[in-house]
Amino acid sequence: MYDKGKVVPGLIIFLALVLSPIIYNGMSESAGVVPELTYPAGETRCVESKQYMRENHMQLLFDWRETVVREGNRTYVAEDGKEYNMSLSGACLSCHTKKEEFCDRCHTYLKVKPYCWDCHIIPPQLPKENV
Amino acid sequence: MSMDRRKFLKVAGVGALGLAGLPASRLLAAGNPRFKAPADGLQGERWAMVVDLTVGAHDDAAISACHKIHNVPEHANPRHEVKWIWNTDYKHAFPGLATEHMPVQYREEHSALVLCNHCENPPCVRVCPTQATFKRADGIVLMDFHRCIGCRFCMAACPYGARSFNWVDPRSAANLDEPGETMLTFPTRSKGVVEKCNFCAERLARGLEPACVENSSNGRMLFGDLGDPGSDVSRIIKSKYTIRRKQHLGTEPSVFYIV
Amino acid sequence: MLDKALCGSKKYYGLILVLLALIGVGVLTYGYQLKEGLGVTGMSRDVSWGFYIAQLTFLVGVAASAVMLVIPYYLHNFKEFGKITILGEFVAIAAVTMCLLFVLADLGQPQRMFNLILHPTLNSVLFWDMIVLNGYLFLNLIVGWVTLGSERRGTPPPGWVKPLIYLSIPWAVSIHTVTAFLYSGLPGRGFWLTAVMAPRFLASAFAAGPALLILLALIVRKNTKFDPGTKAIQALAKIVTYSIIAFVFLFFCELFTVFYSQIPEHMDHFKYLYFGYDGHGAYVPFMWLSLIFAGISIVLLVNPKTRQNESILVAACIMVFISTWIDKGMGMISGGFVPNPLHEVQEYIPTAPELMITVGIYAIGALILTVLWKVAVSVREEELA
Repeated sequence: MYDKGKVVPGLIIFLALVLSPIIYNGMSESAGVVPELTYPAGETRCVESKQYMRENHMQLLFDWRETVVREGNRTYVAEDGKEYNMSLSGACLSCHTKKEEFCDRCHTYLKVKPYCWDCHIIPPQLPKENV
Repeated sequence: MSMDRRKFLKVAGVGALGLAGLPASRLLAAGNPRFKAPADGLQGERWAMVVDLTVGAHDDAAISACHKIHNVPEHANPRHEVKWIWNTDYKHAFPGLATEHMPVQYREEHSALVLCNHCENPPCVRVCPTQATFKRADGIVLMDFHRCIGCRFCMAACPYGARSFNWVDPRSAANLDEPGETMLTFPTRSKGVVEKCNFCAERLARGLEPACVENSSNGRMLFGDLGDPGSDVSRIIKSKYTIRRKQHLGTEPSVFYIV
Repeated sequence: MLDKALCGSKKYYGLILVLLALIGVGVLTYGYQLKEGLGVTGMSRDVSWGFYIAQLTFLVGVAASAVMLVIPYYLHNFKEFGKITILGEFVAIAAVTMCLLFVLADLGQPQRMFNLILHPTLNSVLFWDMIVLNGYLFLNLIVGWVTLGSERRGTPPPGWVKPLIYLSIPWAVSIHTVTAFLYSGLPGRGFWLTAVMAPRFLASAFAAGPALLILLALIVRKNTKFDPGTKAIQALAKIVTYSIIAFVFLFFCELFTVFYSQIPEHMDHFKYLYFGYDGHGAYVPFMWLSLIFAGISIVLLVNPKTRQNESILVAACIMVFISTWIDKGMGMISGGFVPNPLHEVQEYIPTAPELMITVGIYAIGALILTVLWKVAVSVREEELA
């Protein structure tokens, strides 16, 4: 290889720079820690199953907002036939009352910043009200 | 197969452009049986409002009710004012109609409550490039705050000056600092989107009248379905003389004024 | 060919540095605007469009003026424009890029701009404006780069470029027609609801664009070995002359319709701009300056003796540019919004952050123009050697 003495160290420096965020995170305290979520007391099931919600809550919320705002449909019929009011602050947060111990745990871990809360209001501890 | 690098890049580039051209609008929501209209909501063919200007006095209760339940910010800077409904005098509500020959109560005493007219033929809906402003089947012209890109074309198009833009974060306004219980009725908006009266669509969905109508004094305001010939609004419009703002523009407003 | 932009004289590097500094300031200020919201500008509930959209409106005209070189050269074989058509196309690229950047700077939620593509709305003029502006940008980029590259290699350009060149002619007309349609179809804005809006856009475009081209061509002649040719410059000057006459004529047509019909809703906007309304009259001196400059420049340009004198020509071109800029880049937006639909007045004065972002975007356009013209001029200088 021509200029081996320059190319190989150069490659190593390049890899170090490019991989530095991963190395930095790997060395921090929270490396490998899976966030622990606090589920609402007394409830066994969300609108849909846990697995479904884990994979699809973003799409579900997106579809909810499209149909509520643009078509005026406010009632959701879940897989098991139960009906819910499609409202982020009103329905979702009426059960998941502690946003910091539930929603934020995964979002912070993954550095996801959903902009819902720029507008939607995080309710203080109020009884379950369909708003 | 022989292909040189330039040709490959050209083909790949065109292919990527082609894929990007697919409109990715989600058609999931349309017609999905899992989404139902609210059971106790009010249904209508064409919602309309009648405002009686002959009753006189200013109607601030209607305005504060609306602005409170919708978390409308009160900014100190008049340039950043956000208002959904307000009082103005006759010559400003109906420019071109006011003359010095009118009875004194029109020139000096009566005020007109002005708000979005939820036109049948709305210019704002015509110009919105993303359909963030759209007309619902029941005649209400609504804002989709999730989709609005803040271009403000709708504000230029509205012949009534009914729309406001969030020039700054609405939660920076003094009246929205402390979250109170009424705040839960409706989300605040974020900076960078346009807003206006929504005929209280969220209250109609719960079987309630618009807040301004409910709180207006002297029965000044009426709300109902023009598509129902037996409704109050239909009967009043057929029996009394009413005018609409800038009627000659062909926008077909849904707010009628008894003068 | 871009490597040609990397080497140049000290003056060239100095210019690039100054532009980069201005761009830096503009970008930082834009970051401030993103954080605080568009409230940092002078816009208000009543005047909801301001300096940014005004610059878009003005620059769309400058961009279209490339067609004033393409039509004589490609359709009518006017050989004198052969050497400078590429310069016109590069001005178009810089101008359209600035247009698009001004739109971005004006959006309240710029991160949602792809909603325009995700939810295409065929009845919205703004949707079509996006299509034609981007299309024009790509057209000029492709046509300009390919023709310049072929010229440098000494070969004729590939056959597929010709239809694109012909397409750019109606497309250039479309960009400012569609932009004019943004305004001229709004029922509530009497100042803009006029059929001559699109023709006025064309007239001021074909005055301002070639005027700018003349000024830039003379700068290039002074600082490099490339001479665009006196015949070309004089032909451009004649185009400016007729266009500025058409511009003033259309203005008088508007004045007649508005003031002879005596309809208050239409007169009020002109009264605001030229005489003040309800005690507000910040724009009055500027609007009169625009008219005076237009008048003087017509006198200087119509007379062949003064038109052929290059120092006077420079003065006339500067006056044409300033006059059309005031008319489109200042008066048109404010005039349309004041008084508001309820006949109330809220005046619009741009703020410092707004002006800094504007200057930053103009600097980006100037940088693109400098780089592209450096490439074109270097290629020409190569040929001369």
